[in-house]
Amino acid sequence: MPNPKRRHSKARTSKRRAHDALSATGLSECPNCHERKLPHRVCAKCGHYKGREVLETKEA
Amino acid sequence: MTLSGTDSGGLAPHVSERFAMRHRNAGYKLGRNTSHRRALLRNLVTSILLEDRVVTTVTKAKAARPHVEKLITLGKRGDVHARRQALAYLLTDDAVKRLFETVAPRYGDRQGGYLRIVRTGFQKGDGAEKAFIELLGAEKLLDEKRSKRAEARQKRREEMEKAMAEQTPAEGESEK
Repeated sequence: MPNPKRRHSKARTSKRRAHDALSATGLSECPNCHERKLPHRVCAKCGHYKGREVLETKEA
Repeated sequence: MTLSGTDSGGLAPHVSERFAMRHRNAGYKLGRNTSHRRALLRNLVTSILLEDRVVTTVTKAKAARPHVEKLITLGKRGDVHARRQALAYLLTDDAVKRLFETVAPRYGDRQGGYLRIVRTGFQKGDGAEKAFIELLGAEKLLDEKRSKRAEARQKRREEMEKAMAEQTPAEGESEK
């Protein structure tokens, strides 16, 4: 069976992972309630989209 | 006109494209076999025409849209043959009636683009993106429908609270 010849150093591991970082989600601001929301989607906080469209009024 | 499952349905192909192969025109399979997919889409389209707005996944909304558009075109034609063609696809007579009498007349001078898909969030469980698909020009009707539903809910809640208030002291006595 083939086996590793040398120990895999921590430096090697972290160098490999140097490019694995996650990037932040691009968020936009809801023009109605100024909460951060995903672009092109209904605001989860206030249910507004494109000016009108009060969809779900989650808070009674 | 065909309303089959995966056909992406270019209506009048441009002359130079007339003999082009159908590469990259696959459409949506939705993880179902043909009959299952056809049934699903017929159900969805019927519901959209009856209710004006349907909450579903983005992919299903996108798959249903061309079918609804084609039916509205039939509705605008308005003759007996168009009616029979619609009847062959839609599942209920009510949906056909609503299509020809209420929905289609709304779009007299509009050439397609009768529907709006708005992304609303993500589904619990499988994380699928949810959206609603609605007919343009139905906003007022939908607002009315929603306020009516909210009223009914409020009424029911009040009745429930009343019933609970009456029940609690009675239960207290029986425990003694």
